[in-house]
Amino acid sequence: MARYFTEDHEWIDIEGDHATIGITDYAQEQLGDIVFVEVPESGTVLEKGADAAVVESVKAASDVYAPVSGEILEGNDALADEPALVNTSPEEDGWFFRMSLSDADELEGLMDAKEYKAFVDSL
Amino acid sequence: MSMNNQGRPTRPEHAEGSADTFTGNRALMLEERLIFEIGAIDRTGIDLDEMPDSASRLGGLERNRSIGLAGLSEPETVRHYTRLSRMNYAIDLGLFPLGSCTMKHNPRLNERIARLKGFADIHPLQPVDTVQGALQVIHELGEWLCRLTGMPAVAMSPKAGAHGELCGILAIRSALEARGDAREVILVPESAHGTNPATAAFAGYRVEDIPATPEGRVDLAALEARLGPDVAGVMITNPNTCGLFEPDMKRISDAVHAAGGLVYCDGANFNAIVGRVRPGDLGVDAMHINLHKTFSTPHGGGGPGSGPVVFSEALAPFAPLPFVEKRGDHYALIEEETAEDHHGSSFGRMVAFHGQMGMFTRALAYMMSHGADGLKQVAEDAVLNANYILRSLEDVLDAPFGKSGPCMHEALFSDKGFAEGFSTLDLAKALIDEGYHPMTMYFPLVVHGAMLIEPTETESKAVLDEFIGALRSVVERAKAGDESLHGAPFHAPRRRLDETGAARKPVLVWSEPEQVEAAE
Repeated sequence: MARYFTEDHEWIDIEGDHATIGITDYAQEQLGDIVFVEVPESGTVLEKGADAAVVESVKAASDVYAPVSGEILEGNDALADEPALVNTSPEEDGWFFRMSLSDADELEGLMDAKEYKAFVDSL
Repeated sequence: MSMNNQGRPTRPEHAEGSADTFTGNRALMLEERLIFEIGAIDRTGIDLDEMPDSASRLGGLERNRSIGLAGLSEPETVRHYTRLSRMNYAIDLGLFPLGSCTMKHNPRLNERIARLKGFADIHPLQPVDTVQGALQVIHELGEWLCRLTGMPAVAMSPKAGAHGELCGILAIRSALEARGDAREVILVPESAHGTNPATAAFAGYRVEDIPATPEGRVDLAALEARLGPDVAGVMITNPNTCGLFEPDMKRISDAVHAAGGLVYCDGANFNAIVGRVRPGDLGVDAMHINLHKTFSTPHGGGGPGSGPVVFSEALAPFAPLPFVEKRGDHYALIEEETAEDHHGSSFGRMVAFHGQMGMFTRALAYMMSHGADGLKQVAEDAVLNANYILRSLEDVLDAPFGKSGPCMHEALFSDKGFAEGFSTLDLAKALIDEGYHPMTMYFPLVVHGAMLIEPTETESKAVLDEFIGALRSVVERAKAGDESLHGAPFHAPRRRLDETGAARKPVLVWSEPEQVEAAE
């Protein structure tokens, strides 16, 4: 399994042609207490960069983008009742959605953990 | 010992003993229970005659149980709301750093004029011959707005800023469709008000961001690069939310027009430039004006608002009905039935009647009491006061655009330099203890931990100095890592609230205690 990161502070786990997506620990810390998460419905087909999910904290509402193109396989329904999972476990239990990966070439240009850390440190 | 500015001691030298009281009250700071906890629902504060026996015509739909409202006497009711009002902060109590976005000082003269019977006791369905004075007010206010903005037409009916934005974008859509050139995209810079993209999306457009430059202004090159045959127009807030004037506005307008688009300007911040700049000269096609922000109509608590929209020649034919037109000595109301050919392209109506009459009288009273020179001074004093705050605090607070030149009517700071673990929220809560309502926080989004302060034009140097002193004190505590900040506010009627709990699990209705137990 490989984990990638985007400049929009999302993480992507790749297993075969499936991707699991969430927001990073840095993102949840910047947002503060998450009060609401809206995940996409399965079957939704998204282009890379399209709005996929919404995350709302006491400070701000933000969009979560599809980091790759594909079809939504599953949204994390647990977040509806317990949006705080994004705060307590942003990079594991607080995942947002899983999607199929239609073009593996889109992973090029994404960051690995080391590059993402350097990116965050530069902010 | 702390001293007020006359040097009198404000606190005894040796304050000892518990501050707890039997009632929970703290002298003039009075606790107050919920209204349902004061008046029982099986009581009534008013004696009503027994209902006479009469046949019901409700056919079995009669209410068969109590409506469940608390019964209070008149003095109990008056006290309840008076006590609650004393827990609030208001422009009439002190400097209000949220500024004109919420409410600036409302001169009492406006109120006196608005209460004149001929304005206050009329109805929009009265025959127009009996309300000529009211129509004259609408017409003259419209003329002032056109003169001040350098624009040829105005729609007076929109009820608020965002409603005015929608009005302007609908006019742009109508104009483009009239020339058979429906376009899909509205460009919105990062430094625009949050309502701008919402308005464009609501009107059916796709919204695309235009980045801000490091100086906090619209990136002209990025905007020009994006213009094309699919771009219906841009929505630009000027002065923008970074507190800065957009000096490239004319070049932006020219570029948009050259690409076949139209320019919407969010005129919420017109109070910083009124009398100094005419948006019509900058190529703007439509702009709303929030009467409360620039012309001091009341607004706090969400209304009533009024957001007239001025239009360029290109958009004037598409402006919404109704209009007031002067014909000789007579003021005519132009509606669907009375519209003639010259309003044939109007896109329709925004509201049922003519707009917020009570705001129109107040705004016109403000304009006429200030005059053109006075309005210019309003803008100058608003900008001067904001710059005084910016320059007085930039040695302790990070001003991200402090080097971009003078700010307009708002001073913007970031949370850079606070000790680890201290946030803008902590600072805002401590400011409550100092007796101020906090400033706008975490907006604009392009600045980390943003604090946006608008003192408005009516505050004196002495008042500003006291506020600056208070803010400087809490900033120094945040930078020094004073742990007590995390507990603020200490002196408010309630301590720090659970905002997360309130957002996740809001309790919006009162339930009888028995029901609560039964439910559990």
